[in-house]
Amino acid sequence: MYEPRIVCFFCKWCTYAGADLAGTSRKQYPPNGVVVRVNCSGRIDPQHVLWAFREGADGVLIGGCHPGDCHYQDGNYKTMRRVTFLKRMLSDMGIEPERLRLEWISAAEGEKLVHVMSDFVDEVKSLGALELGLTGEKGNGGAAKAPAKKKPAVKAKAAGKKTTAKKTGKKAKPAARKAR
Amino acid sequence: MEERIGVFVCHCGSNIAGVVDVKRVAEELGKYPGVAHSTDYTYMCSDPGQNLVKDAIKEHNLTGVIVAACSPTLHEATFRRAGRVAGVNPYQVEIANIREHCSWVHQGEKEAATEKAIKIIKTMVEKARLDEALDPISVPMTHKALVVGAGIAGIQAALDIANAGHEVVLVEKSPSVGGHMAQLSETFPTLDCSQCIMTPKMVEVSQHPRINLMTYSEIDDVAGFVGNFKVKIRKKAAYVDRDACTGCGVCVEKCPVKTESEFDEGLAMRKAIYTPFPQAVPNKPVLDPEHCTYFLKDGKCGICQKVCPVGCVDYEQKDEIIEEEVGAIVVATGYDLYPIENMGEYGGGKYADVITGLQFERMLSASGPTEGEVRRPSDGKEPKEIVFLTCCGSRDPEAHMPYCSKVCCMYLTKHAMLYKHKVHDGQAYVFYMDVRTAGKGYEEFYTRAAEEDDVLYIRGKVSKIYEEDGKVMVWGVDTLTGKKVEIAADMAVLGLATVPNVAAKKLANKLKIHTDEWGFLAEAHPKLRPVESLAPGFYLAGAAQGPKDIPEAVAQASGAASKVAHLFAEEEYHREPIIAWIDEDTCAGCRVCISVCPYDAAEFDEENGIAKIQEAICEGCGACIAACPSASAQQRNLTDEQVYKMVSAALEG
Repeated sequence: MYEPRIVCFFCKWCTYAGADLAGTSRKQYPPNGVVVRVNCSGRIDPQHVLWAFREGADGVLIGGCHPGDCHYQDGNYKTMRRVTFLKRMLSDMGIEPERLRLEWISAAEGEKLVHVMSDFVDEVKSLGALELGLTGEKGNGGAAKAPAKKKPAVKAKAAGKKTTAKKTGKKAKPAARKAR
Repeated sequence: MEERIGVFVCHCGSNIAGVVDVKRVAEELGKYPGVAHSTDYTYMCSDPGQNLVKDAIKEHNLTGVIVAACSPTLHEATFRRAGRVAGVNPYQVEIANIREHCSWVHQGEKEAATEKAIKIIKTMVEKARLDEALDPISVPMTHKALVVGAGIAGIQAALDIANAGHEVVLVEKSPSVGGHMAQLSETFPTLDCSQCIMTPKMVEVSQHPRINLMTYSEIDDVAGFVGNFKVKIRKKAAYVDRDACTGCGVCVEKCPVKTESEFDEGLAMRKAIYTPFPQAVPNKPVLDPEHCTYFLKDGKCGICQKVCPVGCVDYEQKDEIIEEEVGAIVVATGYDLYPIENMGEYGGGKYADVITGLQFERMLSASGPTEGEVRRPSDGKEPKEIVFLTCCGSRDPEAHMPYCSKVCCMYLTKHAMLYKHKVHDGQAYVFYMDVRTAGKGYEEFYTRAAEEDDVLYIRGKVSKIYEEDGKVMVWGVDTLTGKKVEIAADMAVLGLATVPNVAAKKLANKLKIHTDEWGFLAEAHPKLRPVESLAPGFYLAGAAQGPKDIPEAVAQASGAASKVAHLFAEEEYHREPIIAWIDEDTCAGCRVCISVCPYDAAEFDEENGIAKIQEAICEGCGACIAACPSASAQQRNLTDEQVYKMVSAALEG
């Protein structure tokens, strides 16, 4: 049975702490996601998400503080705008936008975290494994191929090209699915 | 240098080991690139556990440490300390959270949990391989505070900071300290006289050896950052040498010009050269050139100068700019009442007998324009019926302010009560939406007003006030009976909304501290950091942050002062080094980082045409890094490269 691989970018103030609470409350959820802790969801560059898909992630979950609760004033609003845009871009690339999810989970919402994790794993399972048909090595080899520190000036566009150019097998029509 | 990372897998008794195969994890990690040593232990946080880490650091000459255990919120500090003791930089010690994020949440899936634990640790190894040795950032600090605003909050903050042993510059824009509290008659719920509790504090603040009081002065400019602010204070021209002035008052007495007194809210007159009120501190006059004949008619008059026995009236005096260096700034700029003119439906600003709460305070004050007698402003008669209106401009999102101004229910109750104490046969009506009495002794006070002083509370809003036959006609509805109410009153007192001081909004812009949409100063966290601004080094006190009563303002001021004392407890200012930096070689100077930084920590270096981060201000949110189009902005110990490697490790296998 296919088990989706999921990267979770969690802000350290809210969602990471919410995941801690899920743990201390011994709530159970599927073990598919690995958390990368960032100071703020606003720290997440769209390239991080694209990189995760390139490296074999079937889904990416971003967790931040609820609107108005950002520890850094408004980082989560920046994330919200970026994710909206990024979902459209993913769709253009043939990656179902549902594979990227943004959720507001506070430090008190262990229960919500469990629900979101379980639901997201189910959703990504139903979408099937992401096959980008990338040529070349995946996995740890990426370390050598991670975008150079000096990225092209218009990075989103450049990254988009890189992935679409190498894409072969077309997935289900993303337009048919409404972004969340 | 090749990294030599040590991995220490904690069993946490059976909390981790009961689910995760810790032996296998340690063994797997031992084979991972960059890992020089990998082991497991029952309780890594115990003394023997910590010693195991310390010994291994020395024995294997480790450059980085991963402790795979509980959440970093619990023991990150513990192991960073242990690392430092054994010779590894604390910022090269990382925690892999395999308890809260793994063993506890995947209890039935031992195999999958073990696999996940391995991945989690690998992500942290990848991070640690690129972690730099960092030191907390130390910034020199001036141990002197600036307090802006000398109302009760500013006075309290200044006194507390000064009494903690630090120098304070207290700046007040008006000629005297005291703020709105000095205008009040009596205070709820104790009915003690405001002046009696206020004046001793006003005197104390002016005489304190560590407080430099600057009245009639404003903040012109603030530059710098926490610990190192440079402030320009404009000492406005008073046209009186206030140091030489003895406060004899002859100039005031002889001045022929009269104009409305701001302190008495326009209910009395003052001279063009004046002290705002008899108990003013300092009790030295200032000259108001907007009303002075000498200034309006090219040097005619000049009486004050002639009569001054010490010759301290100086028509040539100019504003003076004084520069001060301070380490912290307390903003206590207070409130204003919502303009009465905005209440057109109540004839605000049009009818003399429709007045503001503060005007009524002055009327009730023994030192006020009527010496405590309640008199109609229009004809000076004693009013027999007064209507008090709560929520004038508050809780009205369509037309005015949506928020509750918090103090109006209580002060109008006090007004009604004091009115009844002075006019025994009078009738007081209070129109209310809800009577909000959340405060110690407040509910009892309200009950007393209604029961002992027969104040009539009517639940409903007044729709209109108009004048007829020398009366103030109040139309409203009693929503409890559903009946229309019409009162032919002698006076109406409006409980106007509390809004931020007009000057305070401009000041907040100058200080670059955040406000909410109404202009109230925004606190760093609504629950846990209520006395700090998000901008480091700025502290908030009093009604500038939101409507509040006197005890709350005082408590917040003391809280802000204790935060300042906390800051000043150290010689230097230390902060976490996990902040942003700009690669000078690749920065194109597009300024995107400057536009997204919530702290104004990113600034433009005109000379080199690039952005730079002020280390003392950056909070490390990473907004600039995500936004930088050339990846020139990076975060220490969480660079994009680290994120990419962590992601790859999380997806391995």
